[in-house]
Amino acid sequence: MNTKITAGIDIGSITAKAVVMEGDKILGARVQFTGYTAKKAGRDVFDGMLGEIGMPPDRVECIVSTGYGRNSIDFADKAVTEITCHGAGAWFVNPEVRFVVDVGGQDSKVIRLDDSGKVVDFAMNDKCAAGTGRFLEVMARALEVDLDDFGELSLAGIPAKISSICTVFAESEVISLIARGETRENIIAGIHESAASRISAMARRVGLVLPVMMTGGVAKNKGMLAALEKKLDAPIQVSEYAQVNGALGAAILAARM
Amino acid sequence: MSDMNKKTVDPGKDNRKIKSVSRMKEIMTHYYIDAKTARESGKKVAWITSGGPVEPLIAMDVIPVYPENHGAMVGASKMGVDLCQKAEEMGYSSDLCSYARADIACAATQGGPIGGLPEPDFLVCCNNICGTVLKWYEVAARYYKVPLFILDTPFIHREMRKEAQQYVMSQIEEYIAFLEAQCGRKMDYDRMTDVGRLAVEGLRLWQAVLDTAAHKPSPITAFDLFFHLGLIVTLRGTQVTVDYYQGLLDEMNERIANNIAMVPGEKYRLLWDNLPVWYKTRWLSDKFASHKACLVADTYTSAWSGVLPLIDEDRFLETMSLSYSQVYINISHDMMIDKLSEMIRKYDADGLVMHSNRSCKPYSLGQYDLQKMVMEQLGIPTLIIEADMVDERHFAESQIETRIDAFMETLKS
Repeated sequence: MNTKITAGIDIGSITAKAVVMEGDKILGARVQFTGYTAKKAGRDVFDGMLGEIGMPPDRVECIVSTGYGRNSIDFADKAVTEITCHGAGAWFVNPEVRFVVDVGGQDSKVIRLDDSGKVVDFAMNDKCAAGTGRFLEVMARALEVDLDDFGELSLAGIPAKISSICTVFAESEVISLIARGETRENIIAGIHESAASRISAMARRVGLVLPVMMTGGVAKNKGMLAALEKKLDAPIQVSEYAQVNGALGAAILAARM
Repeated sequence: MSDMNKKTVDPGKDNRKIKSVSRMKEIMTHYYIDAKTARESGKKVAWITSGGPVEPLIAMDVIPVYPENHGAMVGASKMGVDLCQKAEEMGYSSDLCSYARADIACAATQGGPIGGLPEPDFLVCCNNICGTVLKWYEVAARYYKVPLFILDTPFIHREMRKEAQQYVMSQIEEYIAFLEAQCGRKMDYDRMTDVGRLAVEGLRLWQAVLDTAAHKPSPITAFDLFFHLGLIVTLRGTQVTVDYYQGLLDEMNERIANNIAMVPGEKYRLLWDNLPVWYKTRWLSDKFASHKACLVADTYTSAWSGVLPLIDEDRFLETMSLSYSQVYINISHDMMIDKLSEMIRKYDADGLVMHSNRSCKPYSLGQYDLQKMVMEQLGIPTLIIEADMVDERHFAESQIETRIDAFMETLKS
């Protein structure tokens, strides 16, 4: 049995995540805000996680970094992109999975896997944060709703039409919907539908294959999940490690090194 | 942390430098000096589109000037954003081609890397590369108050019909009459025949240079070809171009004989589609090289010599109607996929990288369909990166870096 101790560190635009594993067993995981420097966030989330489980850093044999800040983690043995890591993480949770939808802070990506878990094709949002966690955050703020309640409220509404694909313009659209007396629930449902449309267009471009798994912090949002299931016309599994899936994949790849 | 950031000692670096580069710079400098001093030497200057028929101009001793080549210089010298913004201030849309925006701004401000292009005596516009050039050249014609000749080449879906050939042929006759009127003298057809032969010779040599990349490891990359392409575009039909490419070809063959790889330890061979990202060629070149990937060929630099089979050098003027109508971006996707497949086989490419170029709509339209066709019919992975050839505001470095790294990870796995 593989007892190699490995870690994965995923530095995203909003949060930093770390996972430590012994072979196939997850020993610990941690999420914190990335803050100003990716480098410091990487060190802190790694040390914090090891502190929680009382493991000295020198026991970790191999570290893989991923995410936007992957190249700033100088104590990692290798940097791997979040595409490969999310594929590996989802595959670990359920090897039946052929398609991964990851919605993170400032990007959303879709990844198609083959029978052996290898990435066949992928797409990411380009130069625009519509259809990402940040888009939902901006909208929640405009509507003065706590982000944690945002998804739940969306399930109670009939989607109002949000036509702009730009986050900034969509915010003004939301403000005018409020002025017109549209209910908060309907507006929120519309926002989720708009974000889901962007992601499903990417998924169809790459070629949707079932089963689908959703990863990333936004997978916790039930409204987003429902909107995506509707747009993709397919059930979506949510990994219990959704938010740390990239770091999990990185730790798995570290075990293979 | 990435391979790119590691400082390594590279003893082969000097060996890999292409010696012809200095000769190329010398020729281009002379060419621009000649163009800028044309008035003093009593020569005419014509602005012409990159895919336009330059040979009759050479035969008439007119100096051809290429706003698009100039646009590439603007991009490579990273002056694109300022000039594009200037054009936007003048009222041009930010969706307009960045070559057009940069060039229009240079004309209005005498700005850019060479202080603006020499003023034209007349303009020659061929729409085989895009529709934007029509309006762009109309703007230039009004601005400089000079005559404009438009050569209209029909889009080719599968084959070029006789009627279409005759239509273009009759315009080539009009083109020559236009040149005779502008220059105040008759065309010397013996000279035209010689120029035609030199053009074909230059194209053959250029194609032979491109073909050296079929060797493993490749002695040259597409990033080098983007630079060496200059003469086949601007001075096709001259002896200086023939001599230059003969020298470059000899140098490449020598590299093959000495087994010099442009990308040390070449492991992956990729094809590039669309124009270069002029302001990022070094960055992209280093990025791919860090993955031991060599861009062995591209649809752009091969576009000029790609029409060689259509030219009969003994009937150069007549066959111009065929060759100028069937350049790579004036043909259907069915014809494009044929060309792509041929290149993928010839250069034994492992993957295809497509630049979705915000400026160049006819080149970028349908890339997702082409991507699908390449993946399904040829089974090789493709990557699309969104950028712009000159306007750096459309280049998101960390997003593009992630895409390239992820693409290379899938190729390696």
